Amino acid sequence: MATQLIDRFAADLPPDKRASVYQSTKATHEKRTKLLFDHFADPNHLRATAGEIKQHVIENLDTYLPIVEAKLAANGAKVHWAATAESACATVLGIMKARGATKMVKAKTMVSEEIGLAEYLGKHGIEALETDLGEFIVQIDHDHPSHIVRPIIHKNRREIARSFEREGLGDYNDDPGTITRRARKFLRHKYLAADVGLTGANFVSVESGRIVLVTNEGNSRFSLAAPKVHIALVGIEKLVPRDRDLGVLLNLLARSATAQQLTVYTEFISGPRAAGQPDGPEEMHVVFVDNGRTEVLASECREILRCIRCGACLNVCPIYRQASGHAYRSVYPGPVGAVLSPLLAGKQFPELADLPKASSLCGACQEVCPVNIPIPDLLLRLRARGKAEGAPRAAVASPPMGAWALLASQPAAWKAALLGGRLLNVLPTKFIPVPALRAWEEKRTLPAWQGGRFRQWMRERRKS
Amino acid sequence: MSTERNEILARVRAALAPLPRRAPLPEWDHELIQLRAAQPPGDTWAQFFQRFAAVNGTPLKSGAELVALLEQGGWRRGYCDPALWPALEGFFPAAFQVETTFDRARVDDYDFGITAAVGAVAETGTLILSDRGTSSRLAALAPWVHVAVVRPDQIHSDLSAALAALPDDPNIVWVTGPSKTADVEGILIEGVHGPGVQAALLLG
Ligand code: SF4
Repeated sequence: MATQLIDRFAADLPPDKRASVYQSTKATHEKRTKLLFDHFADPNHLRATAGEIKQHVIENLDTYLPIVEAKLAANGAKVHWAATAESACATVLGIMKARGATKMVKAKTMVSEEIGLAEYLGKHGIEALETDLGEFIVQIDHDHPSHIVRPIIHKNRREIARSFEREGLGDYNDDPGTITRRARKFLRHKYLAADVGLTGANFVSVESGRIVLVTNEGNSRFSLAAPKVHIALVGIEKLVPRDRDLGVLLNLLARSATAQQLTVYTEFISGPRAAGQPDGPEEMHVVFVDNGRTEVLASECREILRCIRCGACLNVCPIYRQASGHAYRSVYPGPVGAVLSPLLAGKQFPELADLPKASSLCGACQEVCPVNIPIPDLLLRLRARGKAEGAPRAAVASPPMGAWALLASQPAAWKAALLGGRLLNVLPTKFIPVPALRAWEEKRTLPAWQGGRFRQWMRERRKS
Repeated sequence: MSTERNEILARVRAALAPLPRRAPLPEWDHELIQLRAAQPPGDTWAQFFQRFAAVNGTPLKSGAELVALLEQGGWRRGYCDPALWPALEGFFPAAFQVETTFDRARVDDYDFGITAAVGAVAETGTLILSDRGTSSRLAALAPWVHVAVVRPDQIHSDLSAALAALPDDPNIVWVTGPSKTADVEGILIEGVHGPGVQAALLLG
């Protein structure tokens, strides 16, 4: 039987990488669970409430988007709208060109990856530098992040030390403290030289128009302290009704993502710097990005738009732990990616139609999801879509069910099969006529075949 | 109004139109996010300093303690908010070089930055900085040591209280410990882009 793409990625993953992905996802998952249950009387009620808040938001985007737009404008930000990835890139470029800007620092934005912004700007002679330590390393290696929260979970310190040496960031030294110090020294001058600081948004409060950003490293703070222009790329689903609701979501996000009570820096940004302040942006632009989200909203899988990108579903997923992030061939890996990536792919859906099958449907992802997304249900809906659309990748490694259907709908064939089942009890393994079954039987002992007596039992019951 | 705006909003409306009903905003009350081990109302500053130390913050109770910390680390060049300097100047021996403007061209020359905080959260050990309340965003961020000066009346008991009292300000930052990363092999390293030492000085 042909193997699924994800199995091939898993098979090619070097054992030491698999071990480190496994160890660190498991450790974060366990700490997360302990923290939530130690801290809150009813963490599952908390998750359910967070899910309801976000579901309310996405089902009322038609009302909320114009309100938040007006609020942002009143706060002094300029609001832009981008229907596609190309248009979002062009909007950012337009803002930069109008100011003669040539250098950008980026912090905390998955949307920029999704739309391929750095590459696009590079073609137009603009440097767009990643500032999160992990993302920076990914960028100098021309690699891709393999985890939503831990982008270089797939790299070890020796590989990083070699990359730093190659890039002229000092002699080979694989001490994590030294690596971090060198990045600190290098990047701070990049912030100071940059014209534009680009960020994403973890949340946007409709009530106040505040954009909320959380980081542990402080890179988004630096991106909003040194450059003169701030651009925020925001997926249209990132809204939260009131500032008060942030209490639920912030409490869940830090614990779910990194098992912290609160992320080190939580920023609430509602506009350019106040008059007379020495640092901070003079202009703020907010670009609302659709890029497929309205299609997701129209689909049977709109619940995935609740996602707050915490990575908890990756950490707990048995498939992610075996295959790591690159196996998902898209910006969003793991269970969330198995749903979101094919949906956002638009016409390229068939290329990722195998991802919804990269799941054992064990349900762990929903159990940990801070916004209680029914990921297993969504995966099933997408499997059905893949089959309905006849996407070849959706069928790879699915056992053919035709023979089964025939068997189950013909009484004579069914009876014969049941008899065959009874034969298995007495037949020595080497005489089993089906090679796959023989291989299976060699390693395991089947429980004794019990089937085939129901009809007899019914007949006797009727007689009496 | 851009055409793309109208196009996106039209698609949103079309996507939502078939829904028989829209999910309501859930009612939830404060108890939902109340910590189990919530301290009884009492000495919130004691609770703050305990939580602040737990996230590797450095609590300071006086100007003398501040200077002792800086001397111990060999951090002698720094910045101080001009509004705070008169109250602190007396503690600093002559060997210190303290400036009251932050020159971004010499960002590496500052070992420490002393700026005002506008509040603190006891439950999480968090300091609250703001745009208008902080004399220089860079001085509070770039030096290895950041000292946030807080006043006794600026404490909030928990996150909900702090959210309810968010000041009208374009850039509010909640700071909960020193800047940190675990990107390299999950090993915790402090002082990535921001301060490696985050201190809080309570000045009455
Ligand atoms: S789907 Fe849920 S668990 Fe997964 S990243 Fe999104 S919010 Fe976190």
